[in-house]
Amino acid sequence: MTDYAVLNTRAPRIDGPAKATGRAMYADDFNMPGMLYAAILQSPLAHAKILNIDASKARKLPGVRAVVTAKEAGLVKYGVSPARYDETLFAYDKVRYVGDEVAAVAAVDMDTAQEALELIKVDYEELPAVFDMFEAMKEGAPQLHEEFPGNMNAEVHQEFGDTDAGLEQSDLVVNHTFLNKRQDAAFIEPHSCLAVFGLDGRLTLHTSTQVPHYVMRTVAMVLQIPVGDVRVMKPYVGGGFGPKCEATPLEMSAAFLARQTGKPVKMTYTRQQVFLHSRARHQFYAEMSLGVKNDGTLVALRNKAILDGGAYTSFGIATVYYSGSLLGGPYKLKAMKYDGYRVYTNRPACGAQRGHGGVAHRAAFEQLLDMTAEKLGMDPVEMRLKNIMTTGDMTVNELDMSSLGMKDCIEAVRDGSGWKGKKGKLPKGKGIGMACGFFVSGAGYPIYRSETYHSTVVIKVSEDGGTVTVLTGSAEIGQGSDTTMAMIAAETLGMTLDNVRVISGDTDLSVDLGAYSSRQTLMTGHATKEAAEQIRNRIAQYLAEEMGCDPSSITFRDGVVLFDGQPGNFEKIRSNYIKEHRGWTDPPHGEYLTFREAARLAFLKGGTLVGTGKYKPPRLGGSYKGAAVGTSPAYGCSAQVVEVTVDLETGEVTVDNMTDAHDCGLAINRTLVEGQMQGSLSMGLGECLFEEVKFDSRGRVLNPSLGEYKIPTALDMPKVKSIIVESNEPNGPYGAKEVGEGAIMPTIPAILNAIYDATGARMNELPVSSERLYMAMEKQRGE
Amino acid sequence: MKKIIKLIVNGEKVEAAVEPNRTLVQLLREDLGLTGTKHGCGLGDCGACTVILDGKPVNSCLVLAAQADGREVLTIEGLAENGKLHPIQQAFVDKGAIQCGFCTPGMILSAKALLDATPNPTEVEIRTAISGNLCRCTGYQKIVEAIQAAGQALAGTEVS
Repeated sequence: MTDYAVLNTRAPRIDGPAKATGRAMYADDFNMPGMLYAAILQSPLAHAKILNIDASKARKLPGVRAVVTAKEAGLVKYGVSPARYDETLFAYDKVRYVGDEVAAVAAVDMDTAQEALELIKVDYEELPAVFDMFEAMKEGAPQLHEEFPGNMNAEVHQEFGDTDAGLEQSDLVVNHTFLNKRQDAAFIEPHSCLAVFGLDGRLTLHTSTQVPHYVMRTVAMVLQIPVGDVRVMKPYVGGGFGPKCEATPLEMSAAFLARQTGKPVKMTYTRQQVFLHSRARHQFYAEMSLGVKNDGTLVALRNKAILDGGAYTSFGIATVYYSGSLLGGPYKLKAMKYDGYRVYTNRPACGAQRGHGGVAHRAAFEQLLDMTAEKLGMDPVEMRLKNIMTTGDMTVNELDMSSLGMKDCIEAVRDGSGWKGKKGKLPKGKGIGMACGFFVSGAGYPIYRSETYHSTVVIKVSEDGGTVTVLTGSAEIGQGSDTTMAMIAAETLGMTLDNVRVISGDTDLSVDLGAYSSRQTLMTGHATKEAAEQIRNRIAQYLAEEMGCDPSSITFRDGVVLFDGQPGNFEKIRSNYIKEHRGWTDPPHGEYLTFREAARLAFLKGGTLVGTGKYKPPRLGGSYKGAAVGTSPAYGCSAQVVEVTVDLETGEVTVDNMTDAHDCGLAINRTLVEGQMQGSLSMGLGECLFEEVKFDSRGRVLNPSLGEYKIPTALDMPKVKSIIVESNEPNGPYGAKEVGEGAIMPTIPAILNAIYDATGARMNELPVSSERLYMAMEKQRGE
Repeated sequence: MKKIIKLIVNGEKVEAAVEPNRTLVQLLREDLGLTGTKHGCGLGDCGACTVILDGKPVNSCLVLAAQADGREVLTIEGLAENGKLHPIQQAFVDKGAIQCGFCTPGMILSAKALLDATPNPTEVEIRTAISGNLCRCTGYQKIVEAIQAAGQALAGTEVS
């Protein structure tokens, strides 16, 4: 155990009571006097020319306050990556998927807004559409964007070392292909926002987002107003998992309508619209060849990816890079070649989702490792341990594993699951499998090219010295970042946690790139720590002056101040404090000077106590094209063992046990870390066994509801054994790094390897429905 | 044509004039300002809008406001007393059963309906009772642990 007072504990999250009582406010919970309700008209066709839009009837409908189309909103191109701004707020020349936005309406109530949508007459000329990524790459396929012939949204070609030579020199080369399906993030809170233009022309946007900073920039760009005139305030957010990482048409059209009407405008997606907006997990096709030596040493990996991007780019450039770069570890490779293709199709655009770009290819690769181990007659655990990277290793694509408890994780799940007593010893129909993975602890570079700080934090102490407030633009979306920052501030200041408040998610407070790429614990954490240190040092300075001692002799812990580890002679400070607060009923007491008294003294001497912190990573990564994607100041890693029972008659899979170990560096809050681990397993289990966004032959989502699109319920989840592994990360605040996404990496392949162990059927397509597994078992019986 | 309904919400008498197609969740959230009840899908799939109607957990998006006429509704706002969390709420906070919190009100009310009827439930009974409340964040484990702990805490208070 550590000797921290606050960190590494199981402190209850600071927003727990608000959320448990229903007091926590989410975007759709806000109402304002005079507020209008808005709705978006979406294309019913997957691919069509827009010949004419006639909104005159809608405009005349009583209660309608504004209708906007591309004509009013303009044609400013936006997107996530500046290299691929390929969207306009409303479609103007053509629509590219069922759900593409055509117009938006603001009215006095929702019923009127909906009625107005029906009155907007759009003349379409339907075009041939393409829904399959392989078809979209063929010559003669319908083309989505003129600027991107062949529907080729992005191509990546990277090679590290000599892969062909490596494969040739290998004793054994094993090949594998793998196909996942589109996964929806299925956060329980649909996107929602409330846009308000003040009389000063400034926009305030209350919105359910993971990235207030990027939303501010994109909305300012599209509305053509200065960034300084946009304030994004994120209330509590009901889950994000990636798709809430970019500005949405909801936010931009609400802002337009608010400007046009001078009224607050609220808009919330229906569950169906959440599916149509998507920006969730891509469909990936993976093709891999792995070369090894007879003793199990990995030599070279050839990896090819095809991604169904849907109609627009969204985060996709990063996604298609990640599918390659995130196989650089956690095993030593001598050579790696990657060819990635992200293809446009007439489906909703895909974006970032938990484990961004890495999940499907990790699933393919970890299966490939098991297939190789079997051919070599090696235990899959031993084979992984033989090739594992450790702290200080550099991947073949120049990712620096500044700390890596991968070996500890593997050993922890091996021993925690009783692997040795089970592997190869279970009856037919029962299986055990394992897999590993790693993930960035914050993207090394911002989405737009900039020298910007990734995070700044302001900490302010109340004038009485008793309350510390952390002000940050970072995004609490359920993962617990507010609690994490409060704990880091409390630890650094030697303050008790219950006297620290956090105000977050507001672009007026600080710069923070937001909740994506598992970055906030490390990056916002660094800035919080620095801001708190500044305050602590200021207080120490003033105290030292007052007490006539050296500042370095002063320490803070548990809300009290020590001088050379002793109480010190602070009588004068205490009596002054009590005199100032005559009549107060909570005078400071005890044998030590309290933080409150010390901070009050600092206020009296220097005015309001404010500390500021900032963080940006050092220059990271290699100099090859695309080297930025995959870089991070630190990497988290995890290993999982899964045990399954397969009904050999029906192909039904039951996951019996999951054992999970994750190296998150120092666990700032052990309960929150376990929460991320267990949530990741649940999302991975769903993607592996039953989640799939399905489409009909005209590109319409067939299952756009949480009844038809199935995510795991409490009955689908087994008992999980969560083991926290704590390497000490030199680049993290107090040695901390990520857990939110790395923890999903091993889940799918661990389940698939367990299914293979139970049945002898190697699944290369998700989800593993009873039917799919039954057919695979039949095929295998035939062979 | 609006209909006047009378019901008891969190122990207090409420009268409201509602359209026939107005749902209970709309009445609670929009007319009564009880936004602790969440709206996640509007189709009865996610359970975020769960409230307790005459002792039984229901999806308030699938109940018409008019159907609540003459009945008693308990929402998440009615659970804490005098600023003190209900033992189920406290257990959710203590056990780390809350992440984004959007499913939490419905989840807690499903747990309450279970523990009222079955004070000492098995794990399977707990998982079954909350199987209509979807949570994407937690993987449910800490929620199950919280409900177990709350059951024990409630049993303890009854003894004393």
